[in-house]
Amino acid sequence: MSLWADKYRPQSLDKLTYHNDLSAHLKKMAHSGDFPHMLFYGPPGAGKKTRIAAVLREIYGPGVERVRISTQIDQRQFVTPSNRKLDLNIVSSNYHMELNPSDVGMYDRAVVQDLIKEVAQTQQIDANAKHRFKIIVINEADELSREAQAGLRRTMEKYMTNLRIILCCNSTSKIISPIRSRCLLVRVARPSEGEIDDAMQAVAKKENFSLPHELSVKIADESDRNLRKALLTLEATKVQEPNLAQVQKIVKTDWEIEISNIADLIIAEQNPNR
Amino acid sequence: MDNFLLKHNHGLDLQLHRSRPKSMNEIASQEQAVQVLKKALTSNNLPHLLFYGPPGTGKTSTILALARELFGPELIRSRVLELNASDERGIQIVREKVKNFARTTVTATVDDYPCPPYKIIILDEADSMTTDAQSALRRTMETYSKTTRFCLVCNYVSRIIEPLTSRCAKFRFKPLPVEKLKERIAMVCEQEGVQIEPEATNTLIKASNGDLRKAIMFLQSGAKLHAGEKIVASSINEMAGIVPPEVVSSLTAAWYSTEYQEISKIVDEVMNAGFSAEQILSQMHDHLVTDGELSAYKKAKISLVLGEVDLCLINGADEHLQILNLMLKAADIVTH
Repeated sequence: MSLWADKYRPQSLDKLTYHNDLSAHLKKMAHSGDFPHMLFYGPPGAGKKTRIAAVLREIYGPGVERVRISTQIDQRQFVTPSNRKLDLNIVSSNYHMELNPSDVGMYDRAVVQDLIKEVAQTQQIDANAKHRFKIIVINEADELSREAQAGLRRTMEKYMTNLRIILCCNSTSKIISPIRSRCLLVRVARPSEGEIDDAMQAVAKKENFSLPHELSVKIADESDRNLRKALLTLEATKVQEPNLAQVQKIVKTDWEIEISNIADLIIAEQNPNR
Repeated sequence: MDNFLLKHNHGLDLQLHRSRPKSMNEIASQEQAVQVLKKALTSNNLPHLLFYGPPGTGKTSTILALARELFGPELIRSRVLELNASDERGIQIVREKVKNFARTTVTATVDDYPCPPYKIIILDEADSMTTDAQSALRRTMETYSKTTRFCLVCNYVSRIIEPLTSRCAKFRFKPLPVEKLKERIAMVCEQEGVQIEPEATNTLIKASNGDLRKAIMFLQSGAKLHAGEKIVASSINEMAGIVPPEVVSSLTAAWYSTEYQEISKIVDEVMNAGFSAEQILSQMHDHLVTDGELSAYKKAKISLVLGEVDLCLINGADEHLQILNLMLKAADIVTH
């Protein structure tokens, strides 16, 4: 039993419902046999990671189904120059590796220098592999320290035959320009309200319940065009009130209610009586 | 098995690296530096070098090409030590690895190459070295100058400590002039069989801003996207992360509005599209400078706001709020 947002995540590039131009471009690129480093950027909930996963699938062909199973979370231990031991969670398969170097805070440079370089220097030995390169997905790349980013620069160039890097971040502002100039920038915009509406209707259809149009428009409006948030809200609403036709108000999270209360207090007339 | 791997290796060779110049004669620009370095090829002597300049201007390419011409493909492995920011370069490494390498003397020579009696240590991205590590280099550079030449490569010369810069011959690498870029792009296009619209070439040159690597990178990605077709200007803009001019002008048009709702709506729209705030700022600035309607006083005031917002963004403020702040302040200035 997983959340709808995860359960109905599109698995392949063809199944993505919006930004069709972008999907077509990515597909062409994945099939061309060669592949640049990429930098995906866009606001949260726009579908960056879904796209990255779909691209990985597209590149490594039918073997990807197995990739998902063999995907495992393992903990890598390594030692910083100052003899500090660090643990980092890595999701990896035969073909790719997903990591989040900003987890280790200021020691992210060590991750780049040790771990990524180690992968970069290893050649793909599986002769049947479709591509000679591995892909490293770096999440939250905008949280990387400048030193870590500087450390990536030459690694990205020197080991181009063994390694492609996909960076994923919210904004390119915090990525240093030498990295930007080495990557293909891919902007993932938030879906429009209509597209969120469509996505929710599709989920409703798969879950076998009918979603009234007014409600879905309302949720789409409330969710700030963040698809994940919209789906979570839909699920929460459904759990609280199974008959969606009767729903008048959308369930908001506690912190949202709290913040809107505070905002109301600020706007309200200020006098000593209160 | 070996052959197989090799074959694939060639197949995957990337355009970018294929077009890295192999000899000094092929370096695209930077006449001054190239001239001095060519002398080194004939005279058997070379000062310590410091290359600085913006990214993609050929600093690393130049020193690698020089090393190759000096020592040839065989000896280069034993004669050149290349350290970059992806290597650990703390004070410990400078004391041990660099010093040990610098200490050894070399005599072996190969025909066809000058093979001068020194080794080269390339410290790429030297501006990311700590001050301590840099200070540790000082004596090493002097003591072993008989057997070793250093080449520091960096973007910002101001991050290199004074004692080091004074020991080196400094070369500034300028951003490539438009004609050179054009020439190179045409050359790569021809060799790789890529078709590009003339208008797109201009966009490419503008987007790359004198950074040749960027230009070739965009060209390569464009060639992948438009396999077999001509590359068009709009896809270059998208790849470079440039905000479409319509979006910027819709933002600047909102300065003339006094309605909060209206401005906030436009800002929401733009930020939801995922454009980078930094890019919006810089393009808005370009737009502002060339704007014909606003008075110089108002322009100056808006520029101040732009500067403040830029600082906030560098310090890690929320992009959405900062752009909204900028837009409201600018609207306030314009309408009063």
